[in-house]
Amino acid sequence: MKIIIVGDGKVGYTLSDHLSREGHDITVIDNKSEALRKSIDSLDVYTIKGNGASFAVLNEAGVSETDLLIAATSTDEVNMLCCLFAKRLGAKHTIARMRDPDYNEQLETMKDEMGLSMIINPEQATASEILRLITFPSAISVGTFANGRVSVIEYRLHPDSNIAGMSIAKAMQKYYADVLICAVGREGKIYIPNGDFVLEEGDHIHIAGTHGNISDFLNKCGQHDKKIRSAMLVGGGLIAFYLSKMLIESGYSVKIIEKKPEKCGDLCEKIPQALIIEGDGTDQEILDSERVDHAGAFVALTDMDEENLIMSMYASHRGVPKVIAKINRTGYTDVIKKAGIDSVISPKNITANHIVRFVRRMSNINGSYLKTLYMIEDQAEVMEFQATSSTRNLGVTLAEMQLKKNVLITAIVRGGKLIIPKGRNKILEGDTVIVITTIKQLEDLNEIFAAK
Amino acid sequence: MNFSIIKYFCGIVLRFEAGFMALSLVVSFIYGEYDVALIFIGTIAVMLGISFLLAFRKPADTSFYAKEGVVTVSVSWILLSLFGAMPFFLSGAIPSFIDSLFESVSGFTTTGASVLIDVEIVEKSLLFWRSFTHWIGGMGVLMFIMAILPMSKADPLHLMRAESPGPTTEKLVPKASETAKILYSIYIGLSLLEVILLLAGGMPLYDSVVHMFGTAGTGGFSMKNASIGAYDSVYLEVVVTVFMILFGVNFSAYFLLLARKFKRFLTFEELRVYLAIIIIAMAVIAFNITGTVYQSLGESLRHSSFQVASVMTTTGFSTDDFNQWPTFSRFLLLLLMFIGASAGSTGGGIKVSRFMIMAKALKREAMHILHPKAVQKIKLDKMPVSEDVIRGTAIFMVVFLGITAVSIVLVSLNGFDMDTSVSAVVACINNIGPGLGVVSPVGNYSGFSVFSKIVLSLNMLIGRLEIYPMLLLISPAVWHRKA
Repeated sequence: MKIIIVGDGKVGYTLSDHLSREGHDITVIDNKSEALRKSIDSLDVYTIKGNGASFAVLNEAGVSETDLLIAATSTDEVNMLCCLFAKRLGAKHTIARMRDPDYNEQLETMKDEMGLSMIINPEQATASEILRLITFPSAISVGTFANGRVSVIEYRLHPDSNIAGMSIAKAMQKYYADVLICAVGREGKIYIPNGDFVLEEGDHIHIAGTHGNISDFLNKCGQHDKKIRSAMLVGGGLIAFYLSKMLIESGYSVKIIEKKPEKCGDLCEKIPQALIIEGDGTDQEILDSERVDHAGAFVALTDMDEENLIMSMYASHRGVPKVIAKINRTGYTDVIKKAGIDSVISPKNITANHIVRFVRRMSNINGSYLKTLYMIEDQAEVMEFQATSSTRNLGVTLAEMQLKKNVLITAIVRGGKLIIPKGRNKILEGDTVIVITTIKQLEDLNEIFAAK
Repeated sequence: MNFSIIKYFCGIVLRFEAGFMALSLVVSFIYGEYDVALIFIGTIAVMLGISFLLAFRKPADTSFYAKEGVVTVSVSWILLSLFGAMPFFLSGAIPSFIDSLFESVSGFTTTGASVLIDVEIVEKSLLFWRSFTHWIGGMGVLMFIMAILPMSKADPLHLMRAESPGPTTEKLVPKASETAKILYSIYIGLSLLEVILLLAGGMPLYDSVVHMFGTAGTGGFSMKNASIGAYDSVYLEVVVTVFMILFGVNFSAYFLLLARKFKRFLTFEELRVYLAIIIIAMAVIAFNITGTVYQSLGESLRHSSFQVASVMTTTGFSTDDFNQWPTFSRFLLLLLMFIGASAGSTGGGIKVSRFMIMAKALKREAMHILHPKAVQKIKLDKMPVSEDVIRGTAIFMVVFLGITAVSIVLVSLNGFDMDTSVSAVVACINNIGPGLGVVSPVGNYSGFSVFSKIVLSLNMLIGRLEIYPMLLLISPAVWHRKA
């Protein structure tokens, strides 16, 4: 596909990296040559210097033959203009990044009015991701599929977990629940396990199932989940704004620590239910006097990676059960995880993932049935397919089905009901089939079957 | 420095060279030259063997940055030349190995400087290979590989930058591999067109193909001792002249024409200046040689236009011995050698665009003296040229001329006259081939000592790869494992 990305900032760069590697023709527009130089030196993309909302620049980028334009500049209004003009000039789809909360209420209307295919609010998307992490406190990451019916949740096996040292088949037998351990991360590698796979302490296990069943299973096997009631947020930016609203709606008590008095006043006005503390979150005394050790969750959201890191380490040290740090330089994620901070989130990656998912869906509109996607450490993907009449092996039991290596059918959704598949289950026409695999870029459900 | 990936790429390069040589093998069968065929088969087998050892499987560490790109290009060009020399040496057509290497380097770098005294007695398939190296070297073998093999991320761009000539290298379309494909399609298209037009002029098929290789790569090897002059046909000379000029144009210009981006095409300043220089030089030299060398202006124009096109595009075909022309014309031709063709073409030399950037920088400096506070931007093709590029261009020209000067001193040890020593180096580093004096169009390079031939071979590689890849090769910083 031909894709134009306007704005070569954090999100623009991450997107062009992902999408160019998937084989799309990427043209990047930005008005700063330094940003473009970095892209041209390390990515296989074409760059144009200029204003992405100007006709001349858009025409030079070949907007009339473009399948998708993604506007990710730092200004919402420029993004809107880009999309509006690009659509006029013949771009098939447009995606705009909008981050100003003032527009938040009218996003749907704007989307329809301007013919946008998608609007993404990075801060809001990040906030929902954090919310999910807080609802499943001992989870490292959470993904949902099939309109929220299926979750895939990543846990680290504690030393006191009953299933460490057990094979998966035995664990499932002993602590029966309708869930599936669909992937295991060990020493930076992702494995798609079979029944003989022996779990070890420290493994990151990915469990698929309904929320209830997963909690049930975790309780049985000693991966105990303590319910969190309160959250402490440091840094009163947009993420904090969206997140505290969501948290309060879900019944948490929220405390926000922010350095700048103006921002504090603003937040206080907009979110009266939250407790706003004016102070420097990196100051240990402030954290102590606000009783960080009593917080159920600690979220570091300042603009400085280093500060977020230090604060998070301190919070972990003081025994906060769930610590989440926002980090922009994602290359260091592995190192940070080694330092004991399990949940690291990066708004640019979350935004990029949302858009990549959209692009994949777009490029698979004809004939193949991929619907949603979720990445595990860039190594494994969880995908959602629709079984149709052209799908092979319909009505064959899973036990008899020959699947490719490193493919696992994680869940089947039939008539709104979730089936965690066992050997006797079958795939029928109309089913939504959720598959986890380390094979890159599967495009059709038939590709999971071994060649005859 | 990631040596394993460099090794891998070199293996791939050899595999492709073996493929190219297989084409010469076919030619040797067609002409029943079975001794040569045997040598080709042997060389191909050795290349495939080594390639198998070098590129058995893609290395685990695939990190590839500018440094790796530069070293890959220079090492693979040296390998190409070494193995390309084998058929000449083993067949006994060129008895000395250094001479064979000189011939092979001259072929791949599209120079066209030859040590052969009598070309016409050499086997046809060997001459085919000799000229084919021009065609391969013209657009670059790594560019060819890029167009065919799938590569990831930006690795191809680093190769492209190191291999293709000009002050800046830009892609035409988002993907580097697509860009390489487009460039090669244009290259092949123009090549076929030339063969057809040459055939139409009555040139035999084999001769047409060999001369097309020489024109397309702007190389200049011919299979006739008298080069294109041997045919004594105005039509053929005009066809070759036009195609020499066409192959000296920046290939992006053709892309813009094909993509119907006429507005952008019209902003190509370099093309206009390039054509203007050619036309002015043709006219000036024609007037200079009328009455002294030729009687009629028409005859003068016929030879001056061919020679100017041949020298300016750094091809090096000839229809006449310009060494016999008046000093003014000879000197003008020597200057044209330095100017060379356009950036992004198959031609050599310093390139027209570098001279344009320098001329504009000079104008700016002059303005700066008049108005010390004036803010001025240098633009090329209506786009601002970054200060990095201007600085790089200036240094490039100084280093280029410096290397030329040092090489002249080294070659002068050989004891030839001034004309010969200077023009030999100039003709080699700018990838032209024939020069003045002993190395005039009717002469050749066989009289030089082994030392001079090595210096000249290095000059050719330095000229083709535009200094830095070769220069960095001897820099210890590049070879330091942890660098």
